[in-house]
Amino acid sequence: MAARHKSVETKYMEDREAVLRGLRGLDRRTFLKVLAATTGAVMAKSLMPPHSFQLVEVANAAPDKTASAAGMPGKPPFTFAYVSDTHLYQRTLNQRFVRAAVKAVDDVNALDPQPDFVLFGGDLAQLGRREELDLGMQILAEVKAPVKMMVGEHDWFYDLGDTWQEMFGPPNYSFDWKGVHVVVLMSVHEKDFWTARKMTPAERMHTVAGLDNGIQSRFEVGDDERKWLSADLAKVPHTTPLLVFSHSPLYKYYRNWNFWTDDAEQVQTILKPYQHVTVIHGHTHQMLYNQIGNISFYGMLSTAWPWPYAPTGLPPLTIQMNRADPFDQFDGLGDGRINARADGLADKIYSLWDRNPVTVKADYLVSHGKTARPPAPQFASY
Amino acid sequence: MTRRSIALATAAGCAAIFAAVAHAPRLCAQQAPPLPVHQVPDSKNGGTVVMLCDGKTSVEVKGLKPGESMTHAQAVEVTRELMAQWQREHPNEKWEMAKTVQSSQPIPAPPPASGADAAAKATGAKLQSKGTQQGDTYASFTDRDYKVWKNETDNFVAEGKQLFHDGAAIGGTIGVSCDMCHPDASNTHPETYPKYQVQLQRVALLRDMIDWCIENPVKGKALDPNDTRLRALEAYILAQRKGVALDYGKH
Repeated sequence: MAARHKSVETKYMEDREAVLRGLRGLDRRTFLKVLAATTGAVMAKSLMPPHSFQLVEVANAAPDKTASAAGMPGKPPFTFAYVSDTHLYQRTLNQRFVRAAVKAVDDVNALDPQPDFVLFGGDLAQLGRREELDLGMQILAEVKAPVKMMVGEHDWFYDLGDTWQEMFGPPNYSFDWKGVHVVVLMSVHEKDFWTARKMTPAERMHTVAGLDNGIQSRFEVGDDERKWLSADLAKVPHTTPLLVFSHSPLYKYYRNWNFWTDDAEQVQTILKPYQHVTVIHGHTHQMLYNQIGNISFYGMLSTAWPWPYAPTGLPPLTIQMNRADPFDQFDGLGDGRINARADGLADKIYSLWDRNPVTVKADYLVSHGKTARPPAPQFASY
Repeated sequence: MTRRSIALATAAGCAAIFAAVAHAPRLCAQQAPPLPVHQVPDSKNGGTVVMLCDGKTSVEVKGLKPGESMTHAQAVEVTRELMAQWQREHPNEKWEMAKTVQSSQPIPAPPPASGADAAAKATGAKLQSKGTQQGDTYASFTDRDYKVWKNETDNFVAEGKQLFHDGAAIGGTIGVSCDMCHPDASNTHPETYPKYQVQLQRVALLRDMIDWCIENPVKGKALDPNDTRLRALEAYILAQRKGVALDYGKH
């Protein structure tokens, strides 16, 4: 994919490289003149949005030594990346979201060192059609690292998961990775709202796809899957760090938009005995984090469109991201990576496109905001 | 819907869209009907005809050529004559003049004409209570009037909501609809317009931003300011911010 498709990011970086190569031939004085002139010209044409691309060195998080220094049980640290909420339509209908998904794949393929795996956070498709899921699979096939799939409601409610499961297997599963127990949940089950209304599969899907659609039910992990989770964890010692992936946040943020899991408290109870639990979720398309007891929650970015913060229920520890610029397709979007530390905690890096990356350290959450506070936004929600 | 079918639907007009889209929009590209215009009768004596705001009652000012101004005295005489004529033609109606209630000296309410109170109740007319200014221009509006107006407004807002959730109905070509980025019209902040929008290089109104979104993320064609769909979208967005203080120019 990378060879055939050059993302705008890739092209931009190549153009920039070319310009910089040219500038190297200049002496310092001429260089400053050129720089001032071009900056002035760009500003005059207002081509530069207020948060234009800035040259930053992204510091690779150094291996965390504090844990071993403090004498805590060590485990090898590792890094994984994520791409989430691509919401693909068929290629013939919509190139916008394809372009963004490919850009994210470019991003994770450019990571050096490569992540241990790439989590796909759900909502690969927009309307759950086979063509959309096929397209998503083709795009994700270009990811160099192994991909772990999670399902979202947009993948599920056209045929209640038939196609997705045929392509990617069971929606909930677990595995062990470098001393961490990883659980992938299917957290977007909904109670039947469609039969009584005699909805077609397309109508059902369309209803679930509308965030502010009051007809649909609330998301839930459900009885069966909670039983499965309890059984899965039965053999896992409470000292083992847990990493849980869910599409919806496993807490209650805003009911009207299904930024919500109805049985969240019951799931939290199952996770409570564990010393270190990190929940990584999709669905909310914004920088979002929370701490409830022993559980740290992180919301993933989308590649398709950003969502505004809900009018109520925002976790107090979340520091809002700047409002997205509607004139920039990629603003407020991106992908990210997570550094699973030796002490069982996880730091998260929001790799925002066209903005500086933002790191949310585990210490910020477990200290309930006392340390390592991420930067404040200039433009919070209205 | 594929690009091809959209092209066909556009070619065949709104009827085709109704047939092709599951939730057919009630509003198609349609201009809002023009507002009523008062037809002032021609002058009979070469003067200038002046009309009352009811659109019916008029008088001719003799000797006043088009483009000339009346003297103050003439103007007062014209208003007196217009009122007198209206009252002659509406013997049982009362043109209510706004009166400020003086708290120190309450105006005693005149005793109601026999049966008038009951008649007013039967028609649902609003009775002016003590401590309220009198006001409606021609007569008191009834509760039914207010209900009709509310229904009309709510229906228009509901049409806007439907369009807000249906990209194809506003000419979108890539499956993107307004609600995808703006659930419940959030983050549309209509109360902050007008404001200078640096990306547009001008002072923007809410409708400029709606049109921008239709042209760009939705990949449709900008709607005419008089297009019923644009007006309905504006109505829906504003209705979601009821009670929020106007704060024009806010960034």
